Amino acid sequence: MPLTPQVIEELRRIVGRDHVIDGADDLRIFERDASIEGAVPDAVVLPANTKQVSDVMKVAARHRIPVVPRGAGTGLSGGAVTIRGGIALQVTRMRRILEIDPVAQTALVEPGVVNQELSLAAAPHHLFYAPDPSSQKACTIGGNAAENSGGPHCLYYGVTTNHVLGMEVVLADGSVHWVSGDAPDRVGLDLCGVLVGSEGTLCAITRIKVRLLRTPPSIATLLAAFPSIETASQAVSGVISSGIVPAALEMMDQVTVGAVEAHYRAGYPTDAGAVLLVEVDGIPEATRELIVAIRDVLAKNQGYAMREAQSPAERDLLWAGRKGAIGALGRIKPNYYLHDGVVPRSRLPQVLSAVGEIGEHYRLPVANVFHAGDGNLHPNILFDMRDREVLHQVEDAGEEMLRAVVELGGALSGEHGIGLEKNAYMPWVFSPDDLDAMHRVKDTLDPNGLLNPGKIFPDPSRRQVRLAGRTGFAVEAKWW
Amino acid sequence: MHCGLCLDACPTFRVTGLETESPRGRIYLMTQWKRGQMTFDEKQVKHIDLCLGCRTCEAVCPSGVPYGRIIEAGRSEVERMRRPTAKRWIAKTALRQLVAHPRRLRAFGAMTRVAQAVRLTSVVSSGRQLPALRAAFKPPADGVAPAIGTRPYRVAFLVGCVMPILYPQSHDAAVKLLQLAGCDVWFPQNERCCGALHAHNGDLQEAERLRDYNSRVYASGQFDALVVDSAGCGSHLKDFYPELKGRVKDLSEWLAEIGMPQPKRDVKVKVTYQDACHLAHAQRIKKQPRELIRSVPGVQLVEMRHPDICCGAAGLYSTLEAQMSRRILDEKIDDLTSTGAELVVTANPGCQMQLAAGLSARGSQVRVEHVSELLVRAY
Repeated sequence: MPLTPQVIEELRRIVGRDHVIDGADDLRIFERDASIEGAVPDAVVLPANTKQVSDVMKVAARHRIPVVPRGAGTGLSGGAVTIRGGIALQVTRMRRILEIDPVAQTALVEPGVVNQELSLAAAPHHLFYAPDPSSQKACTIGGNAAENSGGPHCLYYGVTTNHVLGMEVVLADGSVHWVSGDAPDRVGLDLCGVLVGSEGTLCAITRIKVRLLRTPPSIATLLAAFPSIETASQAVSGVISSGIVPAALEMMDQVTVGAVEAHYRAGYPTDAGAVLLVEVDGIPEATRELIVAIRDVLAKNQGYAMREAQSPAERDLLWAGRKGAIGALGRIKPNYYLHDGVVPRSRLPQVLSAVGEIGEHYRLPVANVFHAGDGNLHPNILFDMRDREVLHQVEDAGEEMLRAVVELGGALSGEHGIGLEKNAYMPWVFSPDDLDAMHRVKDTLDPNGLLNPGKIFPDPSRRQVRLAGRTGFAVEAKWW
Repeated sequence: MHCGLCLDACPTFRVTGLETESPRGRIYLMTQWKRGQMTFDEKQVKHIDLCLGCRTCEAVCPSGVPYGRIIEAGRSEVERMRRPTAKRWIAKTALRQLVAHPRRLRAFGAMTRVAQAVRLTSVVSSGRQLPALRAAFKPPADGVAPAIGTRPYRVAFLVGCVMPILYPQSHDAAVKLLQLAGCDVWFPQNERCCGALHAHNGDLQEAERLRDYNSRVYASGQFDALVVDSAGCGSHLKDFYPELKGRVKDLSEWLAEIGMPQPKRDVKVKVTYQDACHLAHAQRIKKQPRELIRSVPGVQLVEMRHPDICCGAAGLYSTLEAQMSRRILDEKIDDLTSTGAELVVTANPGCQMQLAAGLSARGSQVRVEHVSELLVRAY
């Protein structure tokens, strides 16, 4: 429902004329994030500070307008999609790093700060921000906190919630609060823990205090090829069960490696069935010893063509390839559909062969690229939205893959969040009691259900992801 | 595919935070037009106008979306459909009637020199951006500058349109470096502007005319490489002149390939390098200029945090979209001055001019040079 001119005027008075977007054509540009579904917002509002966020929220509360916080729009579960219309509250103008404290090893940032910018700014102090989602060149810390994002190095360092010390948040009524703060541990009821990963359904985040870590004195990065995805996943189990927890342990299959090499030319072997990228860090003596041990385990599991990065530039290039992998899949097909289910690591070989079988059954190409070390899958079903015939099969295949994950004792999402994409599946893993408990938290903080409605909780009025009948953005994406 | 990895690589997204001023947004817009699903209006066109055409997004796109081609096509569509503003009409006419004609342009340069001498240019805002002009670059009368010592290579050198007038000293240095590296340098006679500025501003028709003309000029001589010391021209020649395929080389690319003789003297200077967008992103050349700079004894190269983000020059952009250009320049100058460098070098006349304007507006003492000027001092 379009907002009334009065409401638009009120919003303009708060954030300034240029920072409210309400033209129909402009709004369509904001209909999507990096996931597959889209919906056009009624207005996009770009606040400059906490006060403005709070004032916008008060206007929204008064008029009962839904508010969907939005960072860079790189999310993969539809978290920033305004499925019930309303205001997209985009925080990309709030991109100041307010403080870096090299002694306390903390940083205070606004939510629109780009993940990698923080590590760049911390580098002169020999510090870095550990959670490193693959989209870190573009995604925001605010979005990371909202989604509790992971990343390759979260295997060893932990996900976003392990690095957020406290946050300033604005609730649905416009009130401003700090949850937790400077202490290395969150004291009392862990409200900050509740809000990190709440996907914009409980609050808008306006400031974040994060932990920074010391840059490790030594890093070793090893690339290994395997004849098949099965042998590579056995090698992963082998490494973990030998008691080693690498900083990162990533897998890509042959399809993915082909696409990645076409852009990055990082030297990934394109003829291998799968590759593993393993990284360890710490003091030089320890990394040496660990790499020797890991090489040994990989070799025992048919690993070959092992290559260690010889320079920081070579390591960066290998990581650039891995982190750009999902984007690179556009070289194969214009659209992807992926779930990020997690299985216990011992079940990796089983779940991967199930994924392969599902892909074959529906005759859909699947590209696997994922955080193997923590069992966090990313099977990308590749398709072309223009081909109307396959759309139902893509939906069904995605659902079956997620079911296979759950049947093997896994979870719905490792890092992308539930959002729109997986909310219908919540009852697979949560009992009505569980869901009721979550609902009660939601009702306490947002009694009118204005913050990011239609996400996380199952929505009985809506069938899961509907590709058929949608006009995809990529439909004519190749017109040039 | 709309992963958004390009967003923070886009200078206009970085300063506005707006999806509408991002590559992803602009591609969406152009796609909607193409499909006839969006009506055309001046507000939408503004998003296309605000694109610098720096192609940083293209360099970071893992899917290989050819943004440069898309935006050029989009711009030419826009120019066809819109009622031109006075500013844009002047720009187009100046590009066609002045820039495309070397003699007229040289005469204009000479006039500007006089105007500068009597301080007329300080009255016009765009006049303040121009460097103090010297005598224009002049190729030797016989059209060839001979190699110094052995002469294994023969190269053609693009004199170009504005470069010989604005930065003759950069050309002088570039030619000297080529001679030192053993190249006979041939200056094709009657060559005209390569057409890059026209293409970037949506005048593909004129760009094609210039290409057809110049192609005949180049076909009249033999050369191993056509060496270009202006990144915008180099990128355009590589993309737009199929018959020169593989033979167009940026100065630093070519020098790195054939190797420079041992430097003769130290150049004690703390320098930072600004990637010219059309070198770093369009031609993907980042390593070679840095290696050449580092090879000069005494030089200390300190990197900016974002050396490969545009400075906001972008051809005529700094005039046509002055406000946005200044916002982008501001961030650049902050980054640049925080390195503590006394000299910034780059590889394109537009960047040289823009950085100098930004620095002098801040009263900064940091000097701006072409890479060639720094390198040649080692000999």
